[in-house]
Amino acid sequence: MTDTASKPGQTEVWITGIGLATSLGEGLDANWAALQEKRINVDEKGFAPFIVHPLLPVSFDSQIPKKGDQRQMEAWQRIGVYAAGLALDSAGIKGNKDILSKIDMVVAAGGGERDLNVDTGVLNAEAKGANAPGFLNERLMSDLRPTLFLAQLSNLLAGNIAIVNGLGGTSRTFMGEEVAGADALRIALSRIASGESDIALVGGSHNGERKDLLVLYEFGDFNLKDKFAPVWARKDHAGFALGSAGAFLVLESKAHAEARGARPYAKLSSVVTDLARRKQSGDMEATLEKLWDKLPKRDGKGAIISGASGAEPATSEERDFLKKHADFPVRATGTMFGHTMETQFPLGIALAALSISRGALFPPNDSTGTEIEMQGAPTQIVVVGAGHWRGEGMALVEAID
Amino acid sequence: MTAPRDKLGRPVVVVTGMGIMTSLGAGKADNWAKLVAGESGIRTITRFPVDGLKTTMAGTVDFVSVDPFSSTGLSERMAELVTEEALEQAGIGNKADFPGPLFLAVAPVEVEWPQRRELGRAVGAPDFTYDDLLRISGGGKYSAYHHRFMFGSVAAHLAETFGTKGSPISLSTACASGATSIQLGVEAIRRGETNATLCVATDGTVNPEALVRFSLLSALSTQNDPPQAASRPFSKNRDGFVMAEGAGALVLESYEAATARGAKILGVIAGCGELTDSFHRTRSSPDGKPIIGCMNKTLADAGMTPDQIDHINAHGTATPENDKMEFNTTSAVFGDLAQKIPVTSNKSMVGHTISAAGAVEAIFSLLTLEHQRIPPTINYETPDPTILFNVVGNKARDARVTAVMSNSFGFGGQNASLILTREPA
Repeated sequence: MTDTASKPGQTEVWITGIGLATSLGEGLDANWAALQEKRINVDEKGFAPFIVHPLLPVSFDSQIPKKGDQRQMEAWQRIGVYAAGLALDSAGIKGNKDILSKIDMVVAAGGGERDLNVDTGVLNAEAKGANAPGFLNERLMSDLRPTLFLAQLSNLLAGNIAIVNGLGGTSRTFMGEEVAGADALRIALSRIASGESDIALVGGSHNGERKDLLVLYEFGDFNLKDKFAPVWARKDHAGFALGSAGAFLVLESKAHAEARGARPYAKLSSVVTDLARRKQSGDMEATLEKLWDKLPKRDGKGAIISGASGAEPATSEERDFLKKHADFPVRATGTMFGHTMETQFPLGIALAALSISRGALFPPNDSTGTEIEMQGAPTQIVVVGAGHWRGEGMALVEAID
Repeated sequence: MTAPRDKLGRPVVVVTGMGIMTSLGAGKADNWAKLVAGESGIRTITRFPVDGLKTTMAGTVDFVSVDPFSSTGLSERMAELVTEEALEQAGIGNKADFPGPLFLAVAPVEVEWPQRRELGRAVGAPDFTYDDLLRISGGGKYSAYHHRFMFGSVAAHLAETFGTKGSPISLSTACASGATSIQLGVEAIRRGETNATLCVATDGTVNPEALVRFSLLSALSTQNDPPQAASRPFSKNRDGFVMAEGAGALVLESYEAATARGAKILGVIAGCGELTDSFHRTRSSPDGKPIIGCMNKTLADAGMTPDQIDHINAHGTATPENDKMEFNTTSAVFGDLAQKIPVTSNKSMVGHTISAAGAVEAIFSLLTLEHQRIPPTINYETPDPTILFNVVGNKARDARVTAVMSNSFGFGGQNASLILTREPA
């Protein structure tokens, strides 16, 4: 197991910036208001029978002023660059060349959307007998947009964030679905806590409105079909509804934040991750339990924000784990935001920090009784992120004393 | 040997195991012999038809079989083989029980054409749409493709096979990925989180669409005939890089842990540096400042000065822009020494192994330190008169080598450098 719990002598790491662009809106106020109203934005028709949580449209111009830059990106990158810009704004460092020239970046990313017309064009022609040896080559050479590759490359989300905002520190892109988001935070936290870095931009983005992704997850029968239900109420109708979202955080050492008078939302105390073998029922639950024990002591007013997706058997195993900690009120982000893959964990951290800074956990949104009301202000929120197939992550977000 | 900590008080990180595979062959011995003999692994592609392609050669790894074939499957198999070689040399841990985390540089994963075509054929109707493909994707028939094309699938497989600890990290920093995997491993040991890390980098993505993608960006050499002469780093008539496959694995350990268990130390990762270029998606900032900054950061991280570097293992892709930029930036950092220090590009022989290149070239650098012999840059017949590197042209050169800088630069403004030495400074 690898962990990054703050150790004695290590610096405290604060969350000083949050950027959100989701199916519920952009920015902290809009997302917070939607959560209070238990609003859910799903599209049951556009991808029927599949259900997705579409991005609530934003004006990309405000964070990506150059149209040329926007054209070089596909939706997943635009969403991410937009959310990253909001995070820099929120931290008060947008345009601050001194800080941006050294800020470290860890991004959790998948890949970009394919050109579906090209794909179906090739396959249809082949079905009609186009079988010359070089047919695929010729079609790809003539039909693929030359710069599409750059809109598909995983590390070009980070690349575009750097270009649009003028970032000049380090840049690392982690891949690997849900747990990549947790590992991105783990590495960024450990680098700051150990003094390797002062400030980092961490997060991810996902475009859930993609048929090529639906195909990939349909291979494993993971997509939610026909009828929306809260994550915990999908046991007999399992699946995740892909969601579009960008979630970025600015993490900063306490000293660095204080020196520039930054206002923290919360403290990121620990991020732990692991890879359960998931060969047998109970493997994943046992790993979550192990991670839970590795987090620093929780004696405050606690809650849990879960990234459970609704896919099985992962969601049932996570529910078994949560049952053992039933005194912690739980919220599943998958119900409200859909499953945003690499972005789900950073989104959970963002909502934990937001809840702590606003002095209340957002209300439950569940018909099964898994989510209960919480009175008073949470001071410790555990974020849980278990992958639909592999990878487990957990973090502790705390109020600053 | 000296103190287990470096000048900055951090644990010294050493290499105790290495495994490598390129188009030249499998393993260190075979690769090194061919590398110093100046052999090329570049050949005309036979894996798929090349009709209609501008570039028809690559450094493919054709001697490893994967069934059913996929680029991700080949990447995984190569990673497995090089890891076995590295672990055997390191003699660390027990079988399937490596005592530390895995950092894996791997090409972005996606559903590939053979699988897409299978889906197309399964629709069985003329004039179908993407929705028709989607409609038949479920039901469990293709569940293996879900697992195969998860981004984390290669790392999960390696972690389970070799018993690495914790969550394995799959990373991409484009052509710098291999160097980044080493950097992440070094940092984890320096922070004291672990005594050992497994750093692996692999790339098996010579497939039609990957070739087309780079071709459309005008990045590839089109000097197809003879293929062995296509990759011409630092030459006046260079015209692009040659795609290639390969993998490298390194076992890193703290000096203290390695010596405590009596392991043979193969070299030291003395410094790592990284600096983002925000100028353009595929081009370096014209002033070269990010690359200059990257090299300077790496020297500072190693606590070294330019005069202590006696060999540069260049990124040397043989694209017109890269090689010129690399000379200019190296000159800015090294001054006159940039024209004296022997420089070579392994890519002249093995091609550009993309995600694996940083690790493959770090291993070649360590072998250079071990053998005190610098592999040549082949196809160096017509030197570019504006690139005044002391290129080790065409023939290997014996040399006293104590510290090597290995550079990796990639799309998306990714720059990473490593400094490798024989013994702790």
